[in-house]
Amino acid sequence: MKTCLVVDDSSVVRKVARRILEDLAFTVREAADGQAALDACDEAMPDGILLDWNMPVMEGLEFLQILRKREGGDVPRVIFCTTNNDFEHITKAIEAGANEYIMKPFDQDILREKLEEVGLLEKAPAT
Amino acid sequence: MISATDYDFFKKFLKLHSGLILSDDKHYLLESRLVPLLRKFELPDFSRLAANLRDNANSVVAQAVIEAMTTNESLFFRDKTPFEVFTTVMLPKLHAARPPSAPLRIWCAAASTGQEPYSLAMTLKENPHLIGTRRVEFLCTDLSNEVLERAASGRYNQFEVQRGLPIQMLMKYFKKVDDMWEITPQLKTGMTFRKLNLLHPFVGLGQFDIVFCRNVLIYFDAPTKTDILNRIAKVTAPDGYLVLGGAETVMGLGEAYRPLPNQRGFYVPNVPAPASMSAAVASR
Repeated sequence: MKTCLVVDDSSVVRKVARRILEDLAFTVREAADGQAALDACDEAMPDGILLDWNMPVMEGLEFLQILRKREGGDVPRVIFCTTNNDFEHITKAIEAGANEYIMKPFDQDILREKLEEVGLLEKAPAT
Repeated sequence: MISATDYDFFKKFLKLHSGLILSDDKHYLLESRLVPLLRKFELPDFSRLAANLRDNANSVVAQAVIEAMTTNESLFFRDKTPFEVFTTVMLPKLHAARPPSAPLRIWCAAASTGQEPYSLAMTLKENPHLIGTRRVEFLCTDLSNEVLERAASGRYNQFEVQRGLPIQMLMKYFKKVDDMWEITPQLKTGMTFRKLNLLHPFVGLGQFDIVFCRNVLIYFDAPTKTDILNRIAKVTAPDGYLVLGGAETVMGLGEAYRPLPNQRGFYVPNVPAPASMSAAVASR
């Protein structure tokens, strides 16, 4: 079973993401900010990370920059998931090592397709 | 609620004007697609909408009903495989078979809001070695003017650009304009957008190397499907390709096409009759 760490300071967003991910057979863990996410990665490196940008304590971009320098930190597929929807933010995220980028609001289809895009999910059969 | 009489009327109306086959259990689909039109045209209920169509089958309302019922969900790189076969099989074969000066002609026969032709155009840009300097022309047709205008504009909302489009492609080929994402003008090079009903004759289209006709034949009954396939074959090069939706087939629909071995959804013309060949060449 694949694991996904949901990093978002909104418990509502974490709950929504958890429900979708569990429906897609992921084991889900949660973190409310970048520091808590680093701690969670120290415990066990997840297969995927759904990452908010603006959070207290440590924001998503800083978390990603630190993660990618750590041993084994290149493994998780990281999907940013944020209301920052301009070109500049997307560019920064990709340069920092994000694999995909979701502009909030998102739904089940978008999340599923992005997970397929980064190779965490098998592609759905042709419709 | 739609009454039985009105349901029957909508069913016949859609069959006649768009070829859409509505089975007897599609009340939910019909209602959910038509409710927004009641609001838009300020009609109190479905029976007034039906009455409106009975009075004038060619009105703006009638066109809106047809568009609402036949417009597909559309995403970028839908089903992925067609775009892989496009680069691994079709382009190499056709590029080798054509004289250098001949443009490659692609017909997107159900272009909808443009995600399919733009996905193909992006695929071409990503694989420049496959066709060198050869020109590529796209004819993008659809039943609906409204969706074609949106296709031609190349503008998509945030939701649409997140359906099927990898983030690197968004960054490379789109720019953000206010709340919308607009495709780069260079991807529109060689694209023509034109209203066309597949039930009507294909006049003045010329000959195509590849025809994409995905997820649209499902709306038609078998004789109509066969007729459309036969007419598409007549405007396709003898060594050209037809791409249907992954769940569609030409089985039992005449002799115009046979499947590409080991590739579900891809077809090549059976050797066409000489008459249609010369007609196709002449129209080029």
